[in-house]
Amino acid sequence: MNARLTTILLRSPVLVTMVLFMLVPMGLAVVYSFMTNGAYGGVRMPFTALAYRQLLFQEDFDGNLVFSTGYLAILWRSVLLAALTVVASLAIGLPLAWYMACSAPAKRARLLLLITLPFWINTLIRTYCWVLILRDEGLLNGGLRYFGLAGGHFLYNDVAILLGMIYTYLPFMVLPIYAVLERVNGDVIEASHDLYADRWNTFRRIVWPLAMPGAIAGSLLVFAPALGSFLAPDLLGGGRRLMIGSLIQLQFTSSRNWPFGAALATVVSVAILAVLFVVVRKSFNKVAAR
Amino acid sequence: MSSKPFDWKATPGLRTLSWVVYLFLYAPLLVIIVYSFNAGRQATLWEGFSLDWYAKVFHNRDIGIALSNSLIVAVASMILSTMLAVTAALGLRHARAGGGGQITLGLILMPLVVPEVVVAVATLVFFSGIGLKLGLGNLIIAHTVFCVPFAYLPIQARLTDMGSAVEDAARDLYSNEWQVFRRVTLPLLLPAILSGAMLAFASSLDDFLISMLLADAGQTTLPVYIYGMLRLGVSPEINAVSTLLLASSVVIVLVALRMQGMTKRRS
Repeated sequence: MNARLTTILLRSPVLVTMVLFMLVPMGLAVVYSFMTNGAYGGVRMPFTALAYRQLLFQEDFDGNLVFSTGYLAILWRSVLLAALTVVASLAIGLPLAWYMACSAPAKRARLLLLITLPFWINTLIRTYCWVLILRDEGLLNGGLRYFGLAGGHFLYNDVAILLGMIYTYLPFMVLPIYAVLERVNGDVIEASHDLYADRWNTFRRIVWPLAMPGAIAGSLLVFAPALGSFLAPDLLGGGRRLMIGSLIQLQFTSSRNWPFGAALATVVSVAILAVLFVVVRKSFNKVAAR
Repeated sequence: MSSKPFDWKATPGLRTLSWVVYLFLYAPLLVIIVYSFNAGRQATLWEGFSLDWYAKVFHNRDIGIALSNSLIVAVASMILSTMLAVTAALGLRHARAGGGGQITLGLILMPLVVPEVVVAVATLVFFSGIGLKLGLGNLIIAHTVFCVPFAYLPIQARLTDMGSAVEDAARDLYSNEWQVFRRVTLPLLLPAILSGAMLAFASSLDDFLISMLLADAGQTTLPVYIYGMLRLGVSPEINAVSTLLLASSVVIVLVALRMQGMTKRRS
């Protein structure tokens, strides 16, 4: 058998699977977003853009369209919380990755394992941990009372959601940064010191630029799932602080408005693709400029 | 001292900060484990050590059904996604940047970037659109798709590390392509394949959202069942079943990483 044919034969099963069960469904979801809501879930004809209109306008009692910010506010909060998650994980993850990269090889392997492990533990359980800690009768309040301090309500707010998301997605940030920093040659840093750079300047002009590709990859890997996250807003936000992920899920379950849910899913996907596109192009330009 | 005036490896505070982060990662998990052994009814009020909640979990028939569903789906999608990943990794082995291989690779890695909720609703829409009703089969298909990248990455890494010298040597000794694969490539790749398979298994076990949206009554997986229990309030029984799930993920992943380590040491 010739090599070219073998290559095609080997690639085709995964190609067919991913196209059929990933790309086509996402395309179909876009089609659904332009259809009409069925009475018991599902969709009907005709094609309309009603679902997208619902995102921006609401009908009042007289049937007039009124601009409404309700859903936009949820979208905005989702983007904001996802962005904050990225910033916080970067702030925590970069020093940690640097520390790992600077450790002796044997210790490095152990530190790496310790970062990787939580990533594989069930996300539902990892989110639920924080319910036990933050809820009114939880560990945090118990601890505060033990020390004679007044407790408070820590669950069901944006800070709790943010905490849960950082906790869930931190490994996604640390691993790519570590992967690039691990390969950094220590001589470069000593050279920078020899040229009288202090720690801050060495970081700013040597370490940070070298860590950049990892930080970009990590930011994407954190931002995308954080934007669509469901468990943290649901369990730690108590379903009262909706994010777009939980809003989408609601449309397919209790609200039974599939076109609107599909429209929201389309908006999220487009947003992520746009970010991906911009970031990838930007980093590509940077590489090209060098 | 004078030999190393500037120890860039020891930035002050970095070590402390890192251990605080590790504490942040592990302390909450410890909370669940500790409270799963709590004697009292209250999930977070310590009343002494007991294994009662574990006994309750083992006698709960619904948990047993959910667990067996989870295992069936995880094993099936592990086998399917690993087969796809092995063929894909071999097919993409000599892919050049910018070629058609890049598109295939992008598709394989797509589930890592697309949020789970989008994958879940798209799959739901697709299955209901074509009227596919295979019971657990639907879940197996959906899980297979997002498990592929987890199975693929370790295999691809191993293929890259391996180079092709040994295989070329086998060819020089008059092996045909099938013999090269059967006697050289596959044995060298096996630890990575097993590692990828286990990571795929762990990913399937981790999934919640896709299973929740796709599974009909009677096809509930363990995370979906736990989520349902949470709706009824926090209880030590949840802590016990969570601890069991947590422990099994840790065991699976430790074994998987062990195998990956083995491939590194051998080369």
